[in-house]
Amino acid sequence: MKTKVIIMVYNKRIDGRGFDELRPIEAKAGVIKNADGSAYFKMGKTIAYAAVYGPREMFPKFQQDPKKGVLRCNYNMMPFSGAGERVRPGPSRRSKEISMVTEKALLPVIDLNDYPNAVVDVFIELPQTDAGSRCCGINAAAIALADAGIPMKDLIAAVAVGRADGQIIVDLNYEEEHLHEFIEVESKEVADIPVAMIPSTNEITLLQMDGIISKEDFMNAINKVKGAIQKISEIQRNALKDKYGESIENGESIYNGESIYNDSDDRTE
Amino acid sequence: MGILVKDKTVVVPGEVLADDLGFVPGHGTYRQNQKILASRLGLVNIEGKVIKTIPLAGRYLPKRNDVVIGRVMDILVSGWRVDINSPYTAVLSSKETPEFIEKNEDLTRYFDLDDHVVAKITNVTSQNLVDLTVRDQGLRKIRGGRIISVNTHKVPRIIGKKGSMVTMIKQATNCRIIVGQNGWIWIDGEPDKENIAVQAIKKIENESHLSGLTERIKEFLEKETGIKVEIEDKGDYNGLQ
Amino acid sequence: MDYDTKKHIIECLDKGVRYDGRKKDQLRDIEIKTGVIETAEGSAYVRCGNTEVLAGVKMAVEKPFPDTPEEGILMVGAELYPLSSAKYESGPPDNKAIEVARVIDRGIRESKSIDNKRLCIAAGEKVWTINVDIAPLNDDGNLIDVGSMAAVAAILNAKFPKYEDGKVDYKVKTDESIPFDKIPVAITVLKLGNHYVIDPSDLEQDAADARLTVTSLEDGKLCAMQKGGDNPLSIEDIDKMITLAMIKADEIRKLIKNS
Repeated sequence: MKTKVIIMVYNKRIDGRGFDELRPIEAKAGVIKNADGSAYFKMGKTIAYAAVYGPREMFPKFQQDPKKGVLRCNYNMMPFSGAGERVRPGPSRRSKEISMVTEKALLPVIDLNDYPNAVVDVFIELPQTDAGSRCCGINAAAIALADAGIPMKDLIAAVAVGRADGQIIVDLNYEEEHLHEFIEVESKEVADIPVAMIPSTNEITLLQMDGIISKEDFMNAINKVKGAIQKISEIQRNALKDKYGESIENGESIYNGESIYNDSDDRTE
Repeated sequence: MGILVKDKTVVVPGEVLADDLGFVPGHGTYRQNQKILASRLGLVNIEGKVIKTIPLAGRYLPKRNDVVIGRVMDILVSGWRVDINSPYTAVLSSKETPEFIEKNEDLTRYFDLDDHVVAKITNVTSQNLVDLTVRDQGLRKIRGGRIISVNTHKVPRIIGKKGSMVTMIKQATNCRIIVGQNGWIWIDGEPDKENIAVQAIKKIENESHLSGLTERIKEFLEKETGIKVEIEDKGDYNGLQ
Repeated sequence: MDYDTKKHIIECLDKGVRYDGRKKDQLRDIEIKTGVIETAEGSAYVRCGNTEVLAGVKMAVEKPFPDTPEEGILMVGAELYPLSSAKYESGPPDNKAIEVARVIDRGIRESKSIDNKRLCIAAGEKVWTINVDIAPLNDDGNLIDVGSMAAVAAILNAKFPKYEDGKVDYKVKTDESIPFDKIPVAITVLKLGNHYVIDPSDLEQDAADARLTVTSLEDGKLCAMQKGGDNPLSIEDIDKMITLAMIKADEIRKLIKNS
């Protein structure tokens, strides 16, 4: 809807959020029974499912790595997931690129040394998108990989930050990516910056940018990522713990299984 | 600062377990400066100064001496290739059977494609090449019955302390049951009783993290079969029959 | 599927026992939710046991096919996502995927539930095209029936987007539904040994000797059929399977209408 509002700078977000505020998030682990690990992640109106199959034998054989396992990501939008026309099924150049940067975003924390010649396949499908789809996919994939028991240092979290009509904002939605189509703006320059980060070290594993922005504004935007990532990370962790009925009541865990786990279960011995 | 989590709680990758140089990072954890963080989804296990995590998820990785259930997927020149529900297949050499097999004999006389076997892993190389044997007591081809798949990490729970859990299920359903460490389980009995055994096992798999499980399974079995079961947690369970 | 497992499944059926405890003609627990995808003009989520499927309707205004200048276009597609099962690989649809899509598509199109002429805006120039896409989330068997259910529920849920000045405005939904007046329901019946089995699980599908998918309408007419599997079916088999399929179709039709 085009609202004729004349403002000098985007000083109130279209959906009423604070500039540093994330869209409402929902996350759930273990949603796809056939998969070795899986997750559902929703940021605002963008939804991603991620399923992990593996480690498993890798085909084609010539792609096997005898030193360690291989991570293989596949990102795909369902035909009905776009706000406008139908998205033709099948890989596009865009989806192939996103698959590749997703893989690079997740790999730095993952340890596949115990799985030579094997592959860990991550499939990301989006039934509904409203900007930030690659970040949503990465957030789902991180949960799914942990759910599958893949050894990793941390859960990668991702969010898009940016600048719209002079204002630095966190977690752009579709309208903000195309702000001038919705409100009168002083400047049509929008910068959309998806970032993935390791929450425990603040190191960046994915960084892309579309748009026009000064270096100063860019660094300001990047600094906003840390806070957002911590919030996302907490949601990812809770999604995993919730699957195990792990409830923190009054600071005490109610998990008290009659565990007969013993050393022989420790595979990495 | 010390330990930041309670023993036996569920932790996730990147979660800080301790903030103290006095503790040692064991399996499933790693050190980052002063802190010890979890490196997988698991249960915290604190023993003295060592903190480790016990995995809750993940596919079966073959381990020496494990008794597993496998499916013959290929006939080789001098043996069989066996699917053991792992990223790694195993090889059963014709020398590792109780019968003496001559050089050019037709191997399908012993194990044919898609036959299921109970076998023991004798060796796992650094590249995860796996050798099997069926020479020991109790190892053999299995016929009839049905095979289900469970999370390999739930196997200890399904077997129970000294086999108490699986023995209870066998008692109530009068089924033969063999639990492979690789998560494949063979059940053989009357069809309706097999179903009850399967349901009991799936129940254990889903509720393994909740307390009072043994009692609940006992109640379930008694209700479904009408047979009173005893919980025996003494004795020797070697995983077979 | 190996001989031993198949033999055991049939032996159990001989003794009246199905692996998941159901009766041979019993459907799994079914859940249908509609309007679940905001970006689609119509959508549905269906869960049948552990098989879960999404379906979405996208509409557009395009040129009609040259041989049918006054008719709109309805197409139903399905892909077998590797996300939904370890059995599926990335890449172009294989024969199984194509069969699932085409059987569902024919069942809906041949029912003539939509009068395609009503989708015409300007003969020879502009017609509505309706694309229904089925996306499996978890495949535990019977994708054809579940996918078909989801597709029909999504079509019933759909509303035309606003069409003004020769352009579609996807942001505005009208009150107009797709004129879809019959409800075709696809039911797949498996033959396992001497048994006819409804709503098969993944394992049962692999074990089947043969299968027959029958798509039927409320008035008792049949509108599509597909035989699958490596073994033949007798005429008597087919007769019985059709009867069974029609009874089950009525059950499913009620569920779709109530959703």
